[in-house]
Amino acid sequence: MDQTTLQQTIAKLAPNAVFNTNPQFVEAVVPANELHQVAKALKDNSETQFDFLCNQTGIDQKGELKVVYHLRSTSLNHACVLKASASNREDAILDTVSDIWAAAEFFEREIFDLLGIRFTNHPDMRRLFLEDDFQGFPLRKDFVDNVNIIEF
Amino acid sequence: MVEKAEVILGENEQYVINMGPQHPSTHGVLRFELSLKGEIVDKVVPHCGYIHRGIEKMCEANTYQQIIHLTDRMDYLSAHPNNEAVSLLVEKALGIEVPERVKVIRTMLSELGRLGSHQLWWAAFGMDLGALTTFFYGLRDREKILDIFEESFGSRLLHSYICPGGLMNDIHPNFKTRVKELIPYLRKKLPEYDQLLTGNVIFTERSKNIGIMTKEDAISYGITGPSGRGSGFACDVRKAEPYSAYDRVDFKEILMTEGDTFARYQVRILEMYESIKILEQLVDQIPDGDYTVKMKPIIKLPEGEYYQRVETARGELGVYAVSTGEKFPDRMRFRTPNFSNLFIIDKLARGHKIADLVAISGSLDLVIPDIDR
Amino acid sequence: MAFSIYDFSSFTQSIHQLLSGVMSPAWVLVSELVLVGLVFLMFYALLGLALVYLERRVCAFIQNRLGPNRVGPQGIFQTIADLIKLLFKEIFIIKNADKFLFNLAPFIVIIASMMAIGALPFAKGLHAMDFNIGVFYILAVTSLGVVGILLAGWSSNSKYSLLGAMRSGAQIISYELSVGLSMLAIIIFSGSMQLSVIVESQANGWWIFKGHIPAFISFVIFLIAATAETNRGPFDLAEAESELTAGFHTEYSGIRFAFFFLAEYMNMFLAAALATTLFLGGWMPLHFGVDTQFNHIMDFVPPVVWFFGKTFFVIYIIMLFKWTFPRLRIDQLLTLEWKYLLPINLFNIVLIAFLVMMGWHF
Repeated sequence: MDQTTLQQTIAKLAPNAVFNTNPQFVEAVVPANELHQVAKALKDNSETQFDFLCNQTGIDQKGELKVVYHLRSTSLNHACVLKASASNREDAILDTVSDIWAAAEFFEREIFDLLGIRFTNHPDMRRLFLEDDFQGFPLRKDFVDNVNIIEF
Repeated sequence: MVEKAEVILGENEQYVINMGPQHPSTHGVLRFELSLKGEIVDKVVPHCGYIHRGIEKMCEANTYQQIIHLTDRMDYLSAHPNNEAVSLLVEKALGIEVPERVKVIRTMLSELGRLGSHQLWWAAFGMDLGALTTFFYGLRDREKILDIFEESFGSRLLHSYICPGGLMNDIHPNFKTRVKELIPYLRKKLPEYDQLLTGNVIFTERSKNIGIMTKEDAISYGITGPSGRGSGFACDVRKAEPYSAYDRVDFKEILMTEGDTFARYQVRILEMYESIKILEQLVDQIPDGDYTVKMKPIIKLPEGEYYQRVETARGELGVYAVSTGEKFPDRMRFRTPNFSNLFIIDKLARGHKIADLVAISGSLDLVIPDIDR
Repeated sequence: MAFSIYDFSSFTQSIHQLLSGVMSPAWVLVSELVLVGLVFLMFYALLGLALVYLERRVCAFIQNRLGPNRVGPQGIFQTIADLIKLLFKEIFIIKNADKFLFNLAPFIVIIASMMAIGALPFAKGLHAMDFNIGVFYILAVTSLGVVGILLAGWSSNSKYSLLGAMRSGAQIISYELSVGLSMLAIIIFSGSMQLSVIVESQANGWWIFKGHIPAFISFVIFLIAATAETNRGPFDLAEAESELTAGFHTEYSGIRFAFFFLAEYMNMFLAAALATTLFLGGWMPLHFGVDTQFNHIMDFVPPVVWFFGKTFFVIYIIMLFKWTFPRLRIDQLLTLEWKYLLPINLFNIVLIAFLVMMGWHF
């Protein structure tokens, strides 16, 4: 499926999505409250069949915490990017997709650990790499490390 | 008088063992929290982060040429594909076409690295199962590959050789003859691996029907590389999205459908033969030309988001970069194969014995720095 | 007979007479006991060092390595250097370990193996004790070793140790059956439990040749079971370094660890020596036919050389096992014993009894 038809199919499944220009993938930005529903539809729909979450990561862009999902279909061989932003920085919350793709469980733990986005309904929302009493979230742009001060 | 309740000690209690971070079979600083019932594993909780260095954070303050050196330290057994992933990403973003010579050499280095990595895996996997001799047989052959590496770029493990625009320097004049000598040598020595381990009754008993991973699980958990292909998940990036010189070589994507430890073992063994095949096709076709494109000293990627994936010895490595047009990336994300491959272990090992857990974790071929980054 | 040149009983008799001439009978007994004890301690230590060196060279040979080659010619002093290192190492006892049992365990293991070695006939007239129930005694004494292993695992206050000890308990108790039953085959053949009599009964041919195929089956089962009994690879589940780090002796250090280490090698020697004594004719030379030139030449090789030659051959085979095979899993190990070796062995015993009853063996 080429990019334009794929974009149209996704637009049908996610009516409120905004499509960004991206030379590589179809990129859809969905509202945070529709994320779980859209993700499930993308996986289950016979025309999209995005069954492989190959990458999920968080970015701190222009003061906004976003989560990026790189989806791929193993049977239809197409890919898309899904994006969702958390509403605020202090109490960033998004829906989990770990019930749709098992891989997300640990990607989300990593994102929580490093960016502090909390995922609701996640089975085990703990830090993954850092100690449990670590203060702050290192991948945020406003993170200041008082212990290992490295200035560039 | 309060009536004393009858307490049977240990009836429903879990026997919890911390396997790692210092343990011979976790191959690095990984900790499994095992809940046991006798010898049977009831639950495995992996704890990582013992070698977390914050490579993704460090990337935000380094130029793209400097990032190359950080990627070596992730999956140190396949340093070339790691370097190549970032290089390809930068080249794609800038629209640079590298010379043919670079493409062929990059492919050959990746395959040499894959051979070495699989040999080390085979060596360590045998040790996990208690066959100590395999270690020396595997390392004996890997040594030859490392010698080739050492001659061309001075280092044996962390090469940092492939860089944006091409290669750091040209290959050693001996490179071609050394690889030509290596191919018949490995063709002779690889059957020894089968003789020593594959046909052994104890080994097949230990590995067949152990830790069965279905194709659905493999896709859902994102298990890529030989581990995923052992379950029939066709996830080879070299086939799906050929990069460098993979589009012009003829090789098979090894797929097994059993999904057990033995299938994952066989995929890797057969992949070594495929790698030799690729080397054989390319060794005589290294074109003359420049080893690099002239690059600016400071690379600035145009604003945007880029994603590049390559196939390392352990699976799909995805590099995701967000650039704001500066010399440093705004965000650099490495989707490492081992990170995804690790977490299925709880599902695979449940209900098996401790010895099987060791076999399963060995067959997933984990490199811990690649998990923690 | 040509053996008489190498008969050690005249030598021991002369020592006895010499001592009797200078002291009272009670003191003679005491001094003889001390002498035998000293000789055995020396023998034990030297053999342990030799076996460790041998293992490292054999292992290196199989693994395309050189092995120890720096300390002394061909590295023969390497094990002595290692021993000195182990002697000077700190012995630490982890918190909350049962100190008494923790310290006791290595001694139980080493005493058990030492007691068993005392009953072996090394040559004609060269053994410390010649019981009329020698085989029975060795079986009884070697099974004491497992007590030491269980105690070591239990008293260490470590979970890995406990798992290792439990595995070892299950394993040794199971394989004791096979060892006992395959020894029983030879007892039926020779009609005696006295080790010297068993060796004498092989003067006209070793049991492995005389006893037809059943004796050979017994020998193979004995070899497998004895390897399991000594906790060596591929049956080294009690240690299983890739699973349990070091199993029952995880928490031991210094000379206490060396005791376990030494005991393992001595048990291996004991297993090989028993296989030699029971199946391969003990210190009897190799004979073909009756009264040939070859036999006369063989007779002039001292029996001690024969005994150690055969024993080290069996040890080499046991070492080959360890360095080529992967480790079994605990359930496979027990399946092998209870579902395969034991039924075969029982059937084999019946067959041997029938053979002996009909007088079909040589």
